[in-house]
Amino acid sequence: MKWPRWRRPKKGIENFTMRGVKREEERRRSVFTRRALLLAGGQLGLFGFLGYRLWHLQMEQGERYATLAEENRLSARLLSPPRGRVLDRTGRVVAGNRLNWRALLVAEQTQDVGATLETFHRIVPLTDIERARVERDVRRRRRFVPVIVREFLTWEEMARIEVNAPDLPGILIDVGTTRLYPEGEHLAHIVGYVAPPAERDMDGDPLLQLPGIRVGRAGIERHHDQVLRGRAGAVQLEVNAVGRVIRELDRREGVPGQDVEISVDTELQKQIRGRIEEGTSVVVLNARNGEVLAMASQPSFDPNIFNSGVSAAQWRQWTSQRATPLINKTTNGLYAPGSTFKMVVALAALEARVTTPFERINCPGHFDLGDTRFHCWNRNGHGGVDCRTALKVSCDVYFYEMAKRLGINRIAAMSRRFGLGVDLDIELPGTRRGLVPTREWREAQGRPWALGDTVVHGIGQGFYQLTPLSLAVMTARLATGRAVQPHLTRSIGGRPVRGSRPEDWPAMGINDRDLRLVRESMWAVVNEPGGTALASRLPGGFGQMAGKTGTTQVRRVSREQRERGFRVDTLPREWRPHALFVAYAPHDNPLYAVSVIVEHGTSGSGAAAPLARDVMTDVFNRFRQSPPGPRVAEGRVG
Amino acid sequence: MSSTLFEKRLLTRDRGSGIFQKLWQIPWLFVLLLCAVAGVGYVALYSAGGGSPEAYAGKHALRFGFCVVMMLCIALVDIRIYARLAPLAYVGGIGLLVLVALHGEVGKGAQRWIDLGPLQLQPSELMKIILVMTLAAWFHRASVERVGNPLFLIPPTILVLIPVALIFKQPNLGTSLITAALGGAMFFAAGVRWWKFAIVVGGAVAAAPLVYANLRDYQRARITTFLDPESDPLGAGYNIIQSKIALGSGGLWGKGFLQGTQGHLNFLPEKQTDFIFTMLAEEFGLVGALTVLGLLMLVVVFCFLVALRCRHQFGRLLAIGLGTNYFLYIFVNVAMVTGSIPVGGVPLPLISHGGSAMLTTMIGFGLLISAWVHRDAEFGPARD
Repeated sequence: MKWPRWRRPKKGIENFTMRGVKREEERRRSVFTRRALLLAGGQLGLFGFLGYRLWHLQMEQGERYATLAEENRLSARLLSPPRGRVLDRTGRVVAGNRLNWRALLVAEQTQDVGATLETFHRIVPLTDIERARVERDVRRRRRFVPVIVREFLTWEEMARIEVNAPDLPGILIDVGTTRLYPEGEHLAHIVGYVAPPAERDMDGDPLLQLPGIRVGRAGIERHHDQVLRGRAGAVQLEVNAVGRVIRELDRREGVPGQDVEISVDTELQKQIRGRIEEGTSVVVLNARNGEVLAMASQPSFDPNIFNSGVSAAQWRQWTSQRATPLINKTTNGLYAPGSTFKMVVALAALEARVTTPFERINCPGHFDLGDTRFHCWNRNGHGGVDCRTALKVSCDVYFYEMAKRLGINRIAAMSRRFGLGVDLDIELPGTRRGLVPTREWREAQGRPWALGDTVVHGIGQGFYQLTPLSLAVMTARLATGRAVQPHLTRSIGGRPVRGSRPEDWPAMGINDRDLRLVRESMWAVVNEPGGTALASRLPGGFGQMAGKTGTTQVRRVSREQRERGFRVDTLPREWRPHALFVAYAPHDNPLYAVSVIVEHGTSGSGAAAPLARDVMTDVFNRFRQSPPGPRVAEGRVG
Repeated sequence: MSSTLFEKRLLTRDRGSGIFQKLWQIPWLFVLLLCAVAGVGYVALYSAGGGSPEAYAGKHALRFGFCVVMMLCIALVDIRIYARLAPLAYVGGIGLLVLVALHGEVGKGAQRWIDLGPLQLQPSELMKIILVMTLAAWFHRASVERVGNPLFLIPPTILVLIPVALIFKQPNLGTSLITAALGGAMFFAAGVRWWKFAIVVGGAVAAAPLVYANLRDYQRARITTFLDPESDPLGAGYNIIQSKIALGSGGLWGKGFLQGTQGHLNFLPEKQTDFIFTMLAEEFGLVGALTVLGLLMLVVVFCFLVALRCRHQFGRLLAIGLGTNYFLYIFVNVAMVTGSIPVGGVPLPLISHGGSAMLTTMIGFGLLISAWVHRDAEFGPARD
């Protein structure tokens, strides 16, 4: 390679070659100038191209890109409103919101997530499952997104974490809310519970998309879910490329959920629950307006467990039990009403004029229909009984005869007027309607209706499937003559709901004389010698209770057993008959209606009536000062 | 006639001698223009730093101040010394490229940097200036006939190909292509015949598949995402898409200083370096972008003016080479951020954050000013 040598030409020689040098220099210069101008032109053209590109992007497509830029930076987020509370009739909170103190971990604020968790573990022990979940969440989310380490911290745990804060980089404590049921299992069947929404709960409410949101799954929580839930607020945020919130641009507060006041009295409910055993259900209604004052079904469950998620083991335990704690037997348990049904048959017979109050039917201890013999519970017979006596002593033969005269459909019609086998608009989703058979119902099953069937149905046996709630409603309607509906809601957001005054409910249109006769008979059941529940009179000072016993077989008693001198108390417990009692009090001015079913309680008078008496005593004790009369529309504010 | 020549020479000498005369000769308007460009950079980096000079802008100003002094020092040295130093500089530049290949810092999958304590040097940037010097020196004395001789063109071709190959191997496809284009421009300005370019370009097209086969994955990804950026909106196409969104959303007047959402919310990648122009265009709109482009064009125009005014071939070629070098930076960078060519890590010198590009660019402008100051310097005559 040869490099040009640079040296200053000597003066003399320079003059000598000057002409040639000059000519050559001019040629080079003209070539260069041409080329330089070409290059300059080319570069100018490319500048023009850049200018065109900018114009194209910023002017022609400017609006499109402006939209895209806005989409980039804006992010709307929902704000979850506080869920409304559920209050009992005394204003006690039975479903509220508890502050939920949570320990969160922000991965970007610690050098070593593992080390922080290890330190945390020494302060507040974490299970391996929890730790694995935290580590998984940290991996899955952006490093500035907080991950829940532990929820429901106690004060002590929080204090320990705060004290050790310097050793816990990335851990911060945050407060959210969670549903709290202070009365736990006492009101679980009524208030219900909340759980994270499932796919089928998605009703288009954007609120349900929020993480941590809960929807009512049962009871009042479910029935009034829309009211309790409130409406979502929204906040428009500016976010950066990785989704970190830079600032809040706009905020629209949501509407908090409204409080719902229910008619149940928590203290009464607790007293009643203290009296009953597994398999027993008790309903107490305000007979004048249908308010449910207490509704107990044993066993129950703790609804708070649903907050943090129900473990598979817990679920198995609940569902595998024979006693089915998750099921509210007062609305979902189905029983034959037995003798508690006899008032309906009596009223149907009187209204249909197939008998008179004075007609006496002879009870020899049995009733023969063709070849079939139907027994009275009293094998010795009651002799001649009129309507009042038949109810008082619960004579079966009288009602066999009445049923035979009436036919099943007239009995069913009267049953429905008393709220049996029809939908009761109680605010407890899933409430069973029950079954009151008719001829058509049976024929729809492809079976003929036999006269023998009618006879059996006269004493509340057979195909009947009724809930304790509906029996309580029947009793309330008997007591007041008004078609009261059972309900739980007293007010929503401080505004009373309709139905709290007796006048809100229409009269049933049953002959007053007939009704008085039946009521008097029920009074006699409890208060007259020979009544089946004479032992269960109310203690003095409370007025008198009227009621009716019922005992329903769960297994057929065969003729052999009967002849061998059958005794129920020798049977295994699950074969013993159910014990029922329905009652209202005071007799002269009915305020409360009660229905009691003791599963396998053997006899209505022995097991159910005394319990009903105790319950009624509790009710009177509870409301002695301020009877839960019709609520005047006083409109609580707030 | 001879007296006028003599007088001219005397004038030349007078002009070339004495530090104050030289200072007087420095094109201060051009220096002012460079300050304006750097000022644009300061504004952009102030915004890129989140509305504070701390992150980038302060350093930028400091660095520019240092570079201006260095540029003036370079400018005062006689142009003929640079012509003589060119071979030595070339050897040194190649040495640095080899060194970076052996001991360089790896950045973004390529060895490009040499860590010199406070300063990181990218030898490929410096090499472009050196290549311009070297080629200018080579063609300086060549007569038109000699340039027409293919044998005469073989050595400079090799001079171009050695650095191009070394830079390509780093691997830095963009800079190696730019270096090759720069060499081509020098050949063109020196008067090499059109058909010879046609042969080289034809050969390059023929070799393209071979080159593609040797590309790294990320380089191929750049080409494929350029062809269809929407195909991978969150991956390799992200930069192009976000840059176009930022540019486009700027509109005519822009979102206002410090108001660019794409830049400030980090949707725009590398906003302080490669995508600084996008940042400007987002905040100052088409008007601002065209103004900046105009300023940059003036710099290039000045280079061409120097080239046309120079009385010696070395100065002419040097000026046109340096101008083209700066032009290539501008064009490749702006074309890249507007999604017109595949993305390659090419900064916008004097505006982008980064010392290496500014340093080498200012060295180049030092040489350019030297060529202006010594535009009438006497070299030996052309050889035939």
